[in-house]
Order: sequence, then structure tokens, then C-alpha cells
Amino acid sequence: MIFIILYNLGISKSNLINGENLMVIVKVEGERKSHKVFLYTLSTCGWCKKTKELLNQSRVEYEYIDVDLLKADERKAALDEIHNRKAPLGFPVIIIDDTVVITGYVPEKIKEAIGL
Amino acid sequence: MNPDKKFLNDLFEGLKTNEDRFGYPSCPCRPATGIFEEDRDIICPCDYRDQDIIDFGACYCSLYVDKKTYDSGKTKPIPERRPPEKIFQESTTKIMDVNKSDVKETRKLWYCKQCGYTVFREDPPYVCPICRAKKEFFANVVISTQVESN
Repeated sequence: MIFIILYNLGISKSNLINGENLMVIVKVEGERKSHKVFLYTLSTCGWCKKTKELLNQSRVEYEYIDVDLLKADERKAALDEIHNRKAPLGFPVIIIDDTVVITGYVPEKIKEAIGL
Repeated sequence: MNPDKKFLNDLFEGLKTNEDRFGYPSCPCRPATGIFEEDRDIICPCDYRDQDIIDFGACYCSLYVDKKTYDSGKTKPIPERRPPEKIFQESTTKIMDVNKSDVKETRKLWYCKQCGYTVFREDPPYVCPICRAKKEFFANVVISTQVESN
């Protein structure tokens, strides 16, 4: 069973109430919690969907941000963050334990990094 | 087109979402700004499609694939060809303005000898999007201007 919880991160409550600067991180709960898995995705992208499906099927717990659903300034912040991680361009960007960065849907690499 | 029907359908949904959102069907697999001028190169079919199909057998999204890839039934992600400064949009317009004078125009005018479809780009499309004529059907148009004095 997957529970989806919406919550905000590092953003003050007033902003949350006003609905401004709300960077929405979606958490998908799963049984496998041994690694911290974070994704930058696009809600429209086929490869991002495939990546989420892979994680869902493997019951891996992960969090993601749909970058295309963000406001302009938040989107820029998210893209800057990806840029700062020296990740190759493209979506999805998969960050595992804050260290391993994988760009694109490469099931072998993702499985290896999470230990599936 | 991608042989995986579910994947293809997801991409169509993505294109439709972007069209509803921005007024034009920008690439579902790339972050658009919503500013037409900045997103012009990633409106489907994007400017990078043909070269990607030549090099990798599929476009960036894997919406368009060549016959060989289609027959194999398998697609995989390919590297991004779009220039980084376009994606990260660090005042793109400024960068473009500065470089304009330094960059030699390498694009040419190509026309399809079968149906007359015309494009301005470095190479002709791998197949004519209008009449499906092969790349070889495209000819380069050379424009010259002569000034006659009396």
C-alpha cells in the first residue's frame, strides 16, 4: 500500500497558508527505506513515469518534485540545484543518499544504487 | 512512433497537458518556461528530433523512433542535445544577443522536391513531415541577390 503525503520543506507556515513559495515534495511511502531516494521529475515525462513505476513496483520509499508544476522562481531554484550537482541534463534526476546522482531512466543503475 | 502503446499514450497526455498549459505542445520530457520565444526549440517536433533519430534511432522523449527501433520494440533514454544554457535559462536572450555576431550562420534553406515543404536548418529532415518523402528528396535553395544599375 502506498500512501502519498504532501508536505512542504523548509518553508515557513505563513507562506504555506498564502500558497506562495510552496515547493511541493511528494512522498511515496514504501517498505524499502534503507536508502534516501529523491527524484526531480516532470509530470508529463514518459521516462519519469517509468522511473516512478519501477520504484513503486519495488516498494521503495522515495520523494519527488514535479519540476514542471513549480512556479517560475521555484523551478529555477530546482534547476539550479540539479545544475549544482553537476548532473547531466535531463529528467528524471535520481539522487540516492544525497551522493549518487543518476540522470535518466536507467533501470540497471537505479537498481544497483538502491540494492534491488 | 514508439512501439509501446502505454508509453506513447503517456507522451500524448504530456503533450496535451503542455498545450493546455502553455498554448503550445512543448516537449513532455523537458522543462518549459511558458515563454514562447524561449521554448520555441522544444515545441514538438523539436529542433533536435531529426539529428537524434539519425544518431540514436529515437527522439529525446522516444515519441518518434526510426523503423529499426520500432521493429526491435525496445527504446531507451538518450543524452540531451539541447544546449545547457537553454535549459537553465540564465537570461538566454542576453547570451544569444552577445553571440549573434560571432556565430556564423550554418543553417540553410531546404525544400522538399515532392511537396514543397520548406525548412531553415543545418540539415534537411530525415523524412518530410508533410509527405513522408525521404531525406534525399530535399534540395538546398540558394538565394542570391543581384542589383542592376541602369
